[in-house]
Amino acid sequence: MIPQNFEYSAPGNLRDALALLAGGNAKVLAGGMSLIPLMKLRLAAPEHLVDLGRVADLKSIREEGGTIRIGATATHYDIESSPLVRGKCPLLAEAASNIGDVQVRNMGTIGGSIAHADPAADYPASFLALEAQVRIASAKGERTVTIEQFLVDALTTALEPGEIVREIIVPVEPANAGVSYQKMVQPASGFAIVGAAARVRKSGGKVAFVRVGVTGLAAKAFRATGVEKLLEGTSGSPADVQKAAAVVSDGADANTDLHASASYRLQMAKVYTARALTQALSRAS
Amino acid sequence: MRPETPGMASRRPSRHLIFNAFCHNIIDRQKADSMKRKINLTINGKSFTDEVEPRMLLIHYLREVAGFTGPHIGCETSICGACTVALDGKAVKSCTMFAVQADGREVTTIEGLATNGQLHPVQEAFWNEHALQCGFCTPGMIMTSKQLLERNPHPTEEEIRHGIEGNLCRCTGYQHIVNAVKAAAAKAGA
Repeated sequence: MIPQNFEYSAPGNLRDALALLAGGNAKVLAGGMSLIPLMKLRLAAPEHLVDLGRVADLKSIREEGGTIRIGATATHYDIESSPLVRGKCPLLAEAASNIGDVQVRNMGTIGGSIAHADPAADYPASFLALEAQVRIASAKGERTVTIEQFLVDALTTALEPGEIVREIIVPVEPANAGVSYQKMVQPASGFAIVGAAARVRKSGGKVAFVRVGVTGLAAKAFRATGVEKLLEGTSGSPADVQKAAAVVSDGADANTDLHASASYRLQMAKVYTARALTQALSRAS
Repeated sequence: MRPETPGMASRRPSRHLIFNAFCHNIIDRQKADSMKRKINLTINGKSFTDEVEPRMLLIHYLREVAGFTGPHIGCETSICGACTVALDGKAVKSCTMFAVQADGREVTTIEGLATNGQLHPVQEAFWNEHALQCGFCTPGMIMTSKQLLERNPHPTEEEIRHGIEGNLCRCTGYQHIVNAVKAAAAKAGA
């Protein structure tokens, strides 16, 4: 389990990091929780690694104009333990606290996770429910895309050679909102067999706002707009939740692997979507 | 002696090929040497400086270069947690990071927990509660349990089980390990 040799750079600031990556041959090392296992199996054999671990200003978590901006190398532990994230974007804190195990959360980063785009990763469900944006940087400049534009396919993102994820931008959650992330966990790896993230708001006894993101089910995570439409405007009763959650798998091309068949995943997606909606509704005021 | 058939001679690598392979081997080694980087880190309070290939995993550096064989190599696939050490106070799986990433940082292995011959409270609790059988997972299990209690001094049983889920034990069924973490928490709180 020894990776192929490579050249290693550990720049101290973002400008140097982007300059090193500009050639397009180097691969970014963030927390390494996905990349290093791939390198050990020699499924990945980059010739040059640029370690972002020493780029200080890439780790910050801050509030700005109704949004929370999370630097790419903030670890899952930084996020789950951040008073700002816990208080103002609890869905993201909940998702982060459910990733892998404590050792993985201590090293793994939000930017690394989303740039790897594993179809069973936890974050994408929450990012979709939060309608997050991804700020991308390269030596040539910056651009910001929506999470739906960013996630192209399994292990494929909108990142071009030389580009890195700089920040994830999520909205500050209104105090009356209820959120929940529920996942069926694959016990050895901690990945989601299916995971559902829900955000709801109530107004005048009715469900006024619903966002649902689903991960693990298909090649890429998706927003379940069918579920949202069915639940919005209802009283949010258990029957309403069941009816809405029942359409979550409609049109999904479900994954099959040794942990769960496609038909099992399709069924579990409904169950976990209903659980996430139920808990989110119980937390909304 | 049997005369050589013409075919056999042609199957033998020519001197030219052998020489070529020999040169490439030297070039590869020189390339690997030129990629080597100097690292300086603190392990259990002692400073270490070495030249390592960037691909050397931290667990291999700790065990084979620095001589700390307490952290174990179990699954080598980031799952079992036997290689867990603390990096700047945070539990990490040392099979899933490169030694160069630890440059300038502080590593604590199981060897660094006891002070002046006095076991760390978590080590003592593992001893008292019989929280091990074969002992292979124990160094990692203790490092993770220590992290858990630092962040949450009074965990519930559920929080303990959640806290150690990155460490596998194939002997105990976890019950005595959970008891040991509870005992260490109770002792610290007493």
